[in-house]
Amino acid sequence: MSHLFAIDPLFNGHSTLAVVLIALIRVLVAFAALMGCVTLMIWFERKVISDMQSRIGPNRWGPFGLLQTLADGIKLFFKEDLLPAEADPFTFKLAPYLALIPALITFSLVPVGGSVTIAHHTFFLQVADTPIGILLLLAMSGISVYGVILAGWSSGSKYPLMSSVRASAQMISYEAALGMSIVTVVLASGSLSTHDIVAAQGGSLWRWNLIHLGFVPFFIFLIAITAELNRPPFDVVEAESELVGGFHTEYSSLRFALFFLAEFMNTITMSAIMVTLFFGGPAGPIPNIPHIRWVFPIVYFLGKTTLFCFAYVWFRAALPRFRYDQLMDLGWRYLIPISLAWMLLVAGFMVSPAWGFALAAAGLAGALLLTRAFDLGRERSEGDEAILPTVGRRPLPGYVLRQMTDGKGDA
Amino acid sequence: MIASSFAIPDVVTFVVAAALVIFGAIGVITVKNPVHSAISLIGTLIGVAIAFIEQDAQFLAAVQVIVYAGAIVVLFLFVIMFLGVDRKEDVSIEPLVHQRSWAAATVALTVASVIALMAKSHWATGAHRVTGNPGSGNTNVAHIGRTIFTTYLYAFEITAGLLIIAVVGAVVLARRSNQIAEENA
Repeated sequence: MSHLFAIDPLFNGHSTLAVVLIALIRVLVAFAALMGCVTLMIWFERKVISDMQSRIGPNRWGPFGLLQTLADGIKLFFKEDLLPAEADPFTFKLAPYLALIPALITFSLVPVGGSVTIAHHTFFLQVADTPIGILLLLAMSGISVYGVILAGWSSGSKYPLMSSVRASAQMISYEAALGMSIVTVVLASGSLSTHDIVAAQGGSLWRWNLIHLGFVPFFIFLIAITAELNRPPFDVVEAESELVGGFHTEYSSLRFALFFLAEFMNTITMSAIMVTLFFGGPAGPIPNIPHIRWVFPIVYFLGKTTLFCFAYVWFRAALPRFRYDQLMDLGWRYLIPISLAWMLLVAGFMVSPAWGFALAAAGLAGALLLTRAFDLGRERSEGDEAILPTVGRRPLPGYVLRQMTDGKGDA
Repeated sequence: MIASSFAIPDVVTFVVAAALVIFGAIGVITVKNPVHSAISLIGTLIGVAIAFIEQDAQFLAAVQVIVYAGAIVVLFLFVIMFLGVDRKEDVSIEPLVHQRSWAAATVALTVASVIALMAKSHWATGAHRVTGNPGSGNTNVAHIGRTIFTTYLYAFEITAGLLIIAVVGAVVLARRSNQIAEENA
């Protein structure tokens, strides 16, 4: 029963009503819990950031202002839903859902706890343990780009369009480093399935991928996923000081609420994914108390995830925003080469220490070569002698090109 | 009759995936706005991915979404937005005379040959069906990995080399043409 979804994703044969019901309940519980966590996360972020900035933060509705998010939701619900005159109506209405759905689907990957037995069916606390597992994360982060890109384009406004151009470039740049750091995790656990990745980290603290893989893949993953989330310090997509509000400048009411929801849902989901990939998921010491043994993994999982949610708020309060070119530099010049070299290193040490050290030496040599190449590139002369001779057909002379592009006026 | 040889969920999934693929593909060529075409293309690609999952080709499905829907169509949109061609265009003028009648004839020929090949599929692919065995629990991820890194290792490495050459070549060409443009300006 554990690999229910791996064996029979479409419930084709040998699935009783109880199995289908359990699957349905898992989906509903996960959805409800995620929604509840999102409202808490919004409150948590506002409260923590207030504390860090010596403010009070929301404190009007409910104890400690806990119901503030609900009040904001009701307010947004009753606001007028504006559709700008220049907007492309279909795409404008589609975009918020494209942002929300990937956030929901990604959460289905996360193993929340150990195994639980209900009505003689033992299953793991996870919505779906698919054979492609963690690849689904990459697929969904690829799809979630469309929410931002299409929202910015369809608004028919300058700043949102600039925001969506930035978003498409940024997300494609960081996806490579993200994929490479996931590859090291997959190498170590020998499986794509998130359940197997967590199981491979069980036992002791030294088995956690954070330590097992040598910290570097975790930090690359943390940076890349923060960039994918468009959260500070990588939030050039919605940089308030440059682009008003970025891609959601023209959005109001419920559609704005959906973007807001998607952002916080993604923050929680990615914190959970980080715990799953590098911190052993629900792993931890389980005291031998009958009947409530299954509670401990869930508590560990929630604790670790909350830690990362806090880290994201902390980033926002403490770090200044990256400039756009610095962001691209970091992604292409540092994260991608480092993640590639570290992947080779991990693969080498998995074969034998000799191979590992050989690949480490090769990586070091490659790094020196790359640094030298960057230096040479920076110092290269920009004068006439730097122009390479043309190959093949001569390009059209300048005045012909100008005639072609400037219209038929003086042709 | 269908229900006797296929399970109902299988049929439902197939119909949904096929509808997504066909209507997406029709949308790509019929809508006037390039961005709407790109959205239709995403629909088609996701439909193909669903069909792959139904055939137990999960890895192909994931790669389909990651590479095509997640990267290539994003690049299409990037170019469309950068060049500002996101306007409805007049397509009644044919830049190449008679190209539409030629295109129609070629499409008819292609569809006819595809149907003919499907009628004699064992002749085209050597097998009547190339799908996995649903419910066997054997994921094809491990299988694909083993095949690529053993039997087809050289082909795989050569493809990787080819891609690197393409990237380096693109960078070199892009820089060169920039400098010439500056020289002529």
